[in-house]
Amino acid sequence: MTEVPVPYQVVRRSQETTDTTTLVVEPVARALPPFRPGQFAMIYAFGVGEIPVSVSGILDHRHRLAHTVRAVGAVSAAVCAAAEGQELGLRGPFGTGWELERAAGGDVLVVAGGIGLAPLRPLIRAALAGAGRYRRLNLLAGARTPDDLLYADELRCLADAAPAHVAVTVDRPGHGWLGSVGMVTQLLNRADFAPGETTAFVCGPEAMIRATARDLRHRGVPADRIRVSLERNMRCATGHCGHCQLGPLLLCRDGPVAGYDRVAPLLAVREL
Amino acid sequence: MADYDTTPAVLDRAGLAALVRVLAGRGRTVVGPTVRDGAIVLAELDSADQLPWGWGTELEAGRYRLRRRDDEAGFAHSAGPQSWKTFLHPARERQWSADRDPDGQLTIVPDRPEQPAYAFLGVRPCDLRAIAIQDRVLAGGHFADDGYRTRRSGAFLIALECTEPGGTCFCVSMGSGPGVEAGYDLALTEVLDDDGHRFLIRAGSPEGAEVLAELSTDRADEATVTTARTTVAAAAEHMGRAMPPMDLRALMGDSLDAERWDDVAARCLSCGNCTLVCPTCFCTTTEEITDLTGDHAERWQSWDTCFDLDFSLLHGGPVRSSTRSRYRQWLTHKLGTWHEQFGSSGCVGCGRCLVWCPVGIDITEEVAALAEEATS
Repeated sequence: MTEVPVPYQVVRRSQETTDTTTLVVEPVARALPPFRPGQFAMIYAFGVGEIPVSVSGILDHRHRLAHTVRAVGAVSAAVCAAAEGQELGLRGPFGTGWELERAAGGDVLVVAGGIGLAPLRPLIRAALAGAGRYRRLNLLAGARTPDDLLYADELRCLADAAPAHVAVTVDRPGHGWLGSVGMVTQLLNRADFAPGETTAFVCGPEAMIRATARDLRHRGVPADRIRVSLERNMRCATGHCGHCQLGPLLLCRDGPVAGYDRVAPLLAVREL
Repeated sequence: MADYDTTPAVLDRAGLAALVRVLAGRGRTVVGPTVRDGAIVLAELDSADQLPWGWGTELEAGRYRLRRRDDEAGFAHSAGPQSWKTFLHPARERQWSADRDPDGQLTIVPDRPEQPAYAFLGVRPCDLRAIAIQDRVLAGGHFADDGYRTRRSGAFLIALECTEPGGTCFCVSMGSGPGVEAGYDLALTEVLDDDGHRFLIRAGSPEGAEVLAELSTDRADEATVTTARTTVAAAAEHMGRAMPPMDLRALMGDSLDAERWDDVAARCLSCGNCTLVCPTCFCTTTEEITDLTGDHAERWQSWDTCFDLDFSLLHGGPVRSSTRSRYRQWLTHKLGTWHEQFGSSGCVGCGRCLVWCPVGIDITEEVAALAEEATS
C-alpha cells in the first residue's frame, strides 16, 4: 500500500546546521518495506503536505529510518520542526537506488554538494560495511560554509579511522577554517582513484552534478559508471502526477538515481 | 473468435432510448452528449431524449459553435469541451483523510466516496484511444491510481464510430479513427439515409452482448451494414487537419533547440486550456485541507497543468520559467517522450487543444513548422 501514509514517530532529532535537521523515525505499528540507499520516501507533515526526501540512514533496529531535511518551504519547515515523539506519515520506498554493487571490485568515489550528502550517507555506510568488496573509498564533500557541512563529526571519525579518504571544501571559509576553499570538483584532482575502474556516486545542486560529471568524464570515468541523484518537483511519487519529468524520465520511477549516460543529454538542455 | 455474439444488429431511435433504459436498469449511471450552455457537453442522461438530436458543431482553431442541422442526427458532432476523463479521472478528488487525536497519534485512511458504475454513451474512436492511454498511465504501471482503476474497471463503453469529423479533427493521421475495432462493450454507427434514421450496433464484450440481447433489435441488413461502412470510410477522407506523416517522436527529440518554440511562445498565453481539454493529459497536483479544529486534514488531488509556473517549482524557483520551455514540455511530452514513459503517443487527434486555445494555436501547424525547420 503506497497510497496512504503510514504513521512513523520521531524518536531522535539532531540539528545538523541552522536550517537542516536529521530525524530518526520508527514505525508506530506497521513498517514500510525496506529501503535501499538512494531511494526516497514521501514524508507527510499532518495538515501541511508531503515532500519527497531520500533516506539518509537505514537502521536495522526497529525498522528505523533517518531523513535529513533542509527547511526551504512550508512542508520541509514543518518536518524539520517535528519534535521527538511527534508522528509523521511516510509512504515508500520509491525510486531507484544507488546500486553500490555496480562498484564491486573497483574504486568507490562519492561526491556530494550541500544537502546532497544526505542521500549518499547510507551508501557510504554500506560501502564501509562491505569493505573488501571495494578498493579505495573516496568521499569528497562540498558545503557553502564550514557551518553548513552535514555530519561533520561522522566525517571526522571516518577520516580519522581512515577506512576512507575524506576531503572537504567550502565556498566561503570562516574564521579558523584551514581546509580547502572552492568547488568540490577541485577535490577530484587530489583524490586517488583509477578512473577506468571507478564507480562515482554524485548528488548535490544540478550545476554541481553537471560540473562533477563533466570532470569525471575528462578523467576517464565511463558515463554509465557515474551515478547521479536528481531532483524535480514531485506530488505523488507513483508515476501519476507528471511533475517529476526530465525529458523521457519520470524521476520518481526512473530516478532519482540514474546513470549519467542516460541523463547527460537531458541535463544539457536548458529548462527541460 | 469471441465467445459472445458479435453479429451486427440494427437499432432505431426508440431502440436507442431502450438502451439507455436498460443500462439505467442495470444500475449504471449513463453519461452521454447533450446540449448545454451553447455547447455539446457530457452529462448524466435520464433518457435518450436529452441527446443532441439535430445539432451539429462548427470547429476551428480558437472557435466552437453549435449549429442546427438539416437532419435529426444525434451524433454528427465533434469533440466538445469535455472528455471522458472528466468522469474517469475527475478534476478534483479526495484521496485520504487524516485525524490527529489529543495524544498526537495519526490515523490516515483512504477516503473516496463510492464510485458510480458508469455507462458512457457515444465514445468517439479518438476518445476510446484516449481512455486506453490513460489506462496505461494511471493503472498500467507499477502503482495504480485506485480511484481511476475502480471507476474504469466498472465502466461500460458504448463507442460511436465517426461519420462526420470536424474541421479540427486529425484522428486518421494519429491512427485512432474514424472507425473502432476493439476496446468497447458496444459499438454504434449512426446511419441516416432514405431508409430512415437507425444505428448499426455490435457487441465487443460479453456484457455488451448481454445488454444487446435485452434490446429488441433486428439483424442488420446488408444495405445498412454497407452504408455504415462506406460512411465511416468516407469520414476518413474528410479530416479537417492532419499531422505530418513522419516519425513525430524522433522529430520531438531532435527539436529541443528549435527556433519555432520562440515563435509559438510569443502567441501562447500559457493558460493551460489545451491540457485541461486534452483527453489524455493526466497531470495532477495535491492540496492539503484542514478543518477549524486543526485535527482533521484531507488530501485532495486536482488537475494541474504543465503550463503553470508552479508545476516545476523547486527550492530556488521553477525549472521551466519561460513559456517557450513550458509549451515545449507539453508538445514534446505529448508526441515524443510519452512513448518512452507509457508506450505510445499521447495524442489521439481529437483536435480539442486547437478548438479551446484562446489564441487558436494549432498543434498540427506547430508540428509542421518544426518539421520544416528540422529539414531546412
